[in-house]
Amino acid sequence: MKICVLVKEVPDAAVEKRINASTGRMDRSGEKNLNPYDTHAIEAAMQLREGGLVQVDEIVAVTMGPESAVRALHKAVSLGADRSVHLSDETLAGSDVAATGYALAKALERESPDLVLLGQQSDDGECYTIGAVVADHLRMPSLTQVVKLDVDGDALRLERQAEYGYDTVRVRLPAVISVGDAINEPRYPSLKAIMGAKKKPLETVDAGAVGIDPALVGADGSRVQCGEFKDPPAKAAGQIIEDENTDETVEKIVAWLEERKLI
Amino acid sequence: MSDVLVYVLHYEGAFNKNSLGAVSEGVARAAEVGGACDAVVVGGTDLSDELCRTLGRYGARRVFRAEGPEGLAQPVVDVMDRVIAEHGHRYAIFGGGLLGFEIGAGLAARRQAGVTMEVTAVRADGDELVAERPILGDSKISVSHYRGGLGIIIGRINAFEVRESGSADAEVVDVAVEYSPWSRQAEMVSRGEQRGADVDIEGADVLVAGGRGLGKAEGFELAEALAAAFGGNSAVAATRAVVDAGWYPYAAQIGQTGKTVSPKLYLAAGISGAIQHKVGMQSSENIVAINKDANAPIFEFSDLGIVGDLNKILPKLTEAIRARKAG
Ligand SMILES: Cc1cc2nc3c(=O)[nH]c(=O)nc-3n(C[C@H](O)[C@H](O)[C@H](O)COP(=O)(O)OP(=O)(O)OC[C@H]3O[C@@H](n4cnc5c(N)ncnc54)[C@H](O)[C@@H]3O)c2cc1C
Repeated sequence: MKICVLVKEVPDAAVEKRINASTGRMDRSGEKNLNPYDTHAIEAAMQLREGGLVQVDEIVAVTMGPESAVRALHKAVSLGADRSVHLSDETLAGSDVAATGYALAKALERESPDLVLLGQQSDDGECYTIGAVVADHLRMPSLTQVVKLDVDGDALRLERQAEYGYDTVRVRLPAVISVGDAINEPRYPSLKAIMGAKKKPLETVDAGAVGIDPALVGADGSRVQCGEFKDPPAKAAGQIIEDENTDETVEKIVAWLEERKLI
Repeated sequence: MSDVLVYVLHYEGAFNKNSLGAVSEGVARAAEVGGACDAVVVGGTDLSDELCRTLGRYGARRVFRAEGPEGLAQPVVDVMDRVIAEHGHRYAIFGGGLLGFEIGAGLAARRQAGVTMEVTAVRADGDELVAERPILGDSKISVSHYRGGLGIIIGRINAFEVRESGSADAEVVDVAVEYSPWSRQAEMVSRGEQRGADVDIEGADVLVAGGRGLGKAEGFELAEALAAAFGGNSAVAATRAVVDAGWYPYAAQIGQTGKTVSPKLYLAAGISGAIQHKVGMQSSENIVAINKDANAPIFEFSDLGIVGDLNKILPKLTEAIRARKAG
């Protein structure tokens, strides 16, 4: 079985996110990191490999993004991927969700994976739909937010929480599965793995190499235009108490609650 | 002509409230751009003529009904693709939840359409609809304009109000769909399993909500003790993170795939305040949060925020409230 894991570079959680006023796009400068949710997808791939119920021949990390995204791939490889593919092309900049999913699907098509794994959401764009876009382009079934994944013959038995409780779904491969962060506890990479990551094969491909139709990507190829940004209605800021002396803190909380007749 | 198509989710013979909100929204917005709103339902025999017709109450014109598996996204994509190809709807609207996100995204791929998720408002701009979506932890609102034949709008839960604007029955139209091979690769084994005890959080006046910050399942004892100290109509609620981890029952979960609550007091302990949690509790009358991280998003929408360790604060707070009640 060949597993491709989609990964993404996101601004470090500590970096304040904002919109670049001149481009109208998310300002993605500053310290970057591998999307923390993606580490669960890599871990899920590793556990399939180590579980021994299926033979996992290869785990390939795939990303789309500017040059700096290579670091997310190195991190993915240090966590267990065997090699990585970097789709990078100027024409892809400004792609919306649908265009990004299309471009990623084209990069994946070339790999013919049996299973595509990805994280439940990206830490920056607050998007949890990319898996469903990718899947339909690849003509594969998909399920998102999966918190349990078991091998069941030539299929996977998956569990996830949906609107009415927990669903169990059996999906025959090939398939695209996004995993929730409750699925596993990602391991820390060993020092050796971190050092070795840069030596693992990394292939950089451009849009043409994977057969992307330029008319369907980038800002011009996107069907959604997010031009304007506005501020939400202002909300009065709440009161903040720093707990230095817990007895005093508790007194303040109780007073606050009493004032509002909540006790 | 700008017709709108809305997917209506159902479970055990009843329509989903967020879907009904989406129909209401679709009806109101379609009218502004000179169109009408139709609905799509996919499922088994519980989708009776009688049930489907009731969508007319919310203003739906027609209900396209297809027999197919329930609770899976891609069969619905197949059906909507078919209906749109035939009838030329210009917008598709989904209520919040989970399935709507998957269907909307799949449909965007299938029909090369634009998609916006977590939409909190839709409005007419000339003869087009535009969608507003909060981004960056709700600190900005981004406005989506659509290009091309189809625009897909996926609402945030509780964004669209349910309005009974119609009186006539909706017309029920059966559609026969050959499902795509990849839709048929997925099969629902069991749906809607309730994990853990059946607790009621919707009726409570005081909710002590616990998150991953409680550290372990036993950590919920701190939350339960505090709720008990408040006494009366109080209960303990939870985030998805802890429900998925098996620390607390699903019935106590607040948020996008859980309950929507609006108690007099919501007190969060060890909850970061993710959007998917916030959407289920933001209409609470008073919001108090205890979190050791001063940058936790929950402080952005708390009336009272306490930056500190819940393990130190909760026991003393419980004591103090107990004492107050006794005295
Ligand atoms: C499609 C989708 C649907 C979802 N549906 C839901 C839903 O219905 N409901 C829901 O809740 N979530 C939902 N989520 C998940 C959501 O995005 C968050 O992951 C989740 O709400 C986080 O739960 P949490 O706050 O308990 O955990 P975390 O985000 O891990 O936060 C734990 C917090 O505890 C604090 N903390 C730790 N230790 C202490 C201490 N000793 N004292 C004080 N504070 C401490 C930390 O600072 C942190 O802020 C959904 C996600 C997706 C993608």
